[in-house]
Amino acid sequence: MRRLLSILMIIGLLGFAGLAFAEDQAQPLSPTLVEQPATAPAPLKIDTGDTAWMIVATAFVMLMTIPGLALFYGGLSKRKDTLNTIAMSFVTFCIVSVLWVVYGYTFAFGTDISGIIGSPAKILLAGVGVNSIADAAKTIPEYIFIVYQLTFAAITVALASGAYIERMKFSAWVLFSILWMTLAYLPIAHWVWGGGFLARLGALDFAGGTVVHINAGIAALVGALILGKRREMTLIPNNLTLVVTGAGLLWFGWFGFNAGSALAANGLAGAAFINTNTATAVAAVAWMLTEWMHSKKPTVLGLASGAVAGLVAITPAAGFVNITGALIIGIAAGVVSFLSVAVIKPKLGYDDTLDAFGIHGVAGTLGAILTGVFADPSINEAGKGLLYGNPGQLWTQIIAAGVTIVYTAVVTVIIFMIIKVFIGLRVDVEEEIEGLDESQHGEKAYNL
Amino acid sequence: MKKIEAIIKPFKLDEVKDALNDIGIQGMTVTEVKGFGRQKGHVELYRGAEYDIAFIPKLKIEVVVTDTMAEKVVSTIIEKAKTGKIGDGKIFVSTLEDIVRIRTGETGEAAI
Repeated sequence: MRRLLSILMIIGLLGFAGLAFAEDQAQPLSPTLVEQPATAPAPLKIDTGDTAWMIVATAFVMLMTIPGLALFYGGLSKRKDTLNTIAMSFVTFCIVSVLWVVYGYTFAFGTDISGIIGSPAKILLAGVGVNSIADAAKTIPEYIFIVYQLTFAAITVALASGAYIERMKFSAWVLFSILWMTLAYLPIAHWVWGGGFLARLGALDFAGGTVVHINAGIAALVGALILGKRREMTLIPNNLTLVVTGAGLLWFGWFGFNAGSALAANGLAGAAFINTNTATAVAAVAWMLTEWMHSKKPTVLGLASGAVAGLVAITPAAGFVNITGALIIGIAAGVVSFLSVAVIKPKLGYDDTLDAFGIHGVAGTLGAILTGVFADPSINEAGKGLLYGNPGQLWTQIIAAGVTIVYTAVVTVIIFMIIKVFIGLRVDVEEEIEGLDESQHGEKAYNL
Repeated sequence: MKKIEAIIKPFKLDEVKDALNDIGIQGMTVTEVKGFGRQKGHVELYRGAEYDIAFIPKLKIEVVVTDTMAEKVVSTIIEKAKTGKIGDGKIFVSTLEDIVRIRTGETGEAAI
């Protein structure tokens, strides 16, 4: 714990150093900033409709982490580990919220440096004012764009926790959140969305198939392999009603995630919205039917899991495909994700506790690749897939997915090694069997 | 005096309770319990994986009766709780030394 605190202190100092740096940077800019209201009135480009929608969409995406993902994962964990599981999502949202405004935004979306990373010019949001507009979203205030992207970063890190629960030290998770957001999420978000080399290559990722789901899914798999299996490998959900509530909140929030990724209140947002709902619904039914045939019962957890798989798979494609594409992607997501968690996982034997890889990694990769097949230029002229005469797009999608997989895997290994050396990864046997709620937090989820 | 503890299938509770009321039993204690006998556990399905759950939910009914009533109570429970399938449960009959009604201090059969 002391080690963690000292690491946090060092990071805090770095933050203050960043602050000083930002102030240094900001000073030459400040005269123009002060003059701006007098010489240049608020840019007319800010659209109130777009802004209103993006504020709402941002709040929707926040809801996906707390309470959506927290309840979805918390209900799936064992009774004695529920609070700890919920806390992993909660604390991550808090940590990323802070780091994002300190340095996350600028490294992900700042002016591109060699296709690799954003410029540090906007550390502590230096130079951002109420009238600023980001290059990536030209009709809304930059502040809204910053918070919107913050919610993506937060949920991406939190998604990986599903593979690590019921055995990882809370302090190790806190350190993981800090390091992984910094070293894995920021570069990849920059590469795909911030003008980096994958964006230049033409990779399509409407709302985060590559940046969010492949990224988090691979981190989940790699982390689960390094952490090792739990002592009680069963998945006995403590409260499936929480799981279904969480899944419902995820579905609801995902409209902000996908339709919000149009970054405007327009027809593209509408296409993303209807594609998201369609793919999700059909994926839930596809999972249920596959499970019904495989295990003889249509489980409610299957419906909820299938819905999440559909949401994940349609994410990269939401603003590129037509409704037929959404239906096919949804069906594929339900069937393939079920097979990955029910058939492939037991054969390979890794303990991805809540199937963060099996659902997010697999459906994310599937969605990213199928975007290259079904991208319909009549929906979005920025995307033209294999079926519309552009086989190269499929290849680009595969490259982007491949680069993300390799990079995230390597960085996650390094991060886990650092954590192992400094504070250790797992709780001891007694704490694991007693449950992490008591051993890590001194609390219980239920005192009934 | 006898104490009769019956482990039964949960869905049989109402039938057993009504039948015991009809033969003049005035009180009983019911507890949700878990356990297994020859039935062993059951299977639960989570994301396509089957988990053997060793302990099956049952109800335990406790009734205290006079010696003369014991046999009638046992046969009533058997009649009403029986489905003929595995897992119908068991009845344990034991001799009771004393009973005290807390409100009045009555003891023995007067306290039943």
